Amino acid sequence: MAKGRPIRWHIAVFLAPAVLVYSAIMILPLFSTLNLSLFTRTEGGTAFVGLDNFRTLFGDPRWSAAFWNALGNNLWFFAVHMLVQNPIGILLAALLSSPRLRFSAFYRTAIFIPTILSFVVVGFIWKLILSPLWGIAPNMLDMVGLKSLFAPWLGKEEYALTTLALISVWQFVGIPMMLIYAALLSIPDDIIEAAEMDGITGWSQFWRIKLPLILPAIGIISILTFVGNFNAFDLIYVSQGALAGPNFATDILGTFLYRTFFGFQLQLGDPHMGAAIATAMFAIILVGVCIYLFLIQTRLRRYQF
Amino acid sequence: MSQPRQSPARSIAAHAVLILWTLIALFPVFVTVVNSFKSKRAIFTQPLALPGPDSFDLVGYQTVARQGDFVAYFQNSLVVTCLSLFFVLLFGAMAAFALSEYRFRGNTLMGLYLALGIMIPIRLGTVAILQMMVATGLVNTLTALVLVYTAQGLPLAVFILSEFMRNVSDDLKNAGRIDGLSEYRIFFRLVLPLVRPAMATVAVFTMIPIWNDLWFPLILAPSEETKTITLGSQVFLGQFVSNWNAVLAALSLAILPVLVLYLIFSRQLIRGITAGAVK
Repeated sequence: MAKGRPIRWHIAVFLAPAVLVYSAIMILPLFSTLNLSLFTRTEGGTAFVGLDNFRTLFGDPRWSAAFWNALGNNLWFFAVHMLVQNPIGILLAALLSSPRLRFSAFYRTAIFIPTILSFVVVGFIWKLILSPLWGIAPNMLDMVGLKSLFAPWLGKEEYALTTLALISVWQFVGIPMMLIYAALLSIPDDIIEAAEMDGITGWSQFWRIKLPLILPAIGIISILTFVGNFNAFDLIYVSQGALAGPNFATDILGTFLYRTFFGFQLQLGDPHMGAAIATAMFAIILVGVCIYLFLIQTRLRRYQF
Repeated sequence: MSQPRQSPARSIAAHAVLILWTLIALFPVFVTVVNSFKSKRAIFTQPLALPGPDSFDLVGYQTVARQGDFVAYFQNSLVVTCLSLFFVLLFGAMAAFALSEYRFRGNTLMGLYLALGIMIPIRLGTVAILQMMVATGLVNTLTALVLVYTAQGLPLAVFILSEFMRNVSDDLKNAGRIDGLSEYRIFFRLVLPLVRPAMATVAVFTMIPIWNDLWFPLILAPSEETKTITLGSQVFLGQFVSNWNAVLAALSLAILPVLVLYLIFSRQLIRGITAGAVK
């Protein structure tokens, strides 16, 4: 490698296209969005207003109510994913990884199918299935004698958000399943054999031997879920529209950003307030990622095999 | 205490749970595709039955063919996805090679800089991206989408590919150098063919979110000529919301190509996830 010290142009040539596109389309707009949030529109153009947009966002009762509503909904959306999606994913992965399980390739492939579908398809399919007009959901509940439980879930303020979160769980459970499955496969056989010699089998083996070993993978899944949820938009937009009805019950930060940026009904779009919301989302995601990187990941013990 | 590794009861329980979730996962897709081939009456009277001779009806597909410009939308999606994929793979592999092969000042820093985009979603910069596209006249062009998706896909591509390129044998590259191959030839002729499996994995990971994205087509290219299939079907579904045959047919048309591709590449995808996650 040591060829003296001429400038090695090929390194620059190899790096240039990726770095240029990435910087120009991703990093630069990100920072100029943060910057835009410090300006506002005036008759002549734009004017620097410092943190006024954030004062409006958090101080003005109308804006702050909408923001906290979206943030609260987003937290609930995330909580449902953590409490339902990830445990189901871990359970499925644990079952799939049991030795000599037949048809495991089939299960894997089938369970992952919803993940590859677009939000448009998923949102609409579930809208049809849950629709009281078509009656698939009430009829199926009727078959097990639970018809009285049926309600037009997507249209009720108290259920709509949870229903959408569960639809999203249905779609994405394949991702935690696959990642945990991979982590379980990478546990060396001698550890499992040693556990079996000591008489630790079945579920107690899972809880006491395997689960501690896959904690890093669970950490990665949690942060992926977090970033994905706080950046979500499509499913809500497709099934409830930009107004995130009923009565903003399903409004999350992504739809709030979209509405503010582009306007809706009588309110005009405002790129600067939109940028302020994007900045708030950026801060939230950054805090989450930092908590993961500095508090969680460093404390998880990684076992070297 | 010589228990067999899998007692029959335990394995039956495992299969029961897996079958249950497989049914939950497939049922909505199944209902949609099956009902798209039925007459309107049959859709409502027997939603769970397979299409029979008296209930078979293609009226939904005929409406879609008449009303929606799905062939054009499909073409747009194909162009955008393929071009973005090409640039992500080419630029990503080049950058990954530079980072994994050469030692230079700022190497680690550059790697971290490029990895930033894995965690920070590109959507947060949308306001400025739109302004930039307006300023350069790229709004409502497929170029805008290709640029955005290339930037979006690069971080993960660089990250995964550089992991793989570290494993390519140094002897091979040095032999090439002794034979007088330039660094470019070493990359294109020796290294790229060896990391082809990793490239396929990255391709699948990159492709799915691009094909399914609604946000950027909606914001950057909503005109009739540049609609992608995802945006096109969203608009179509909104307009035909009460025409159940058309809606079900459009949904099935949106599902089938992706499903076929997935079934062809599922082995590759699953191997990619399992290989990547071990690290």
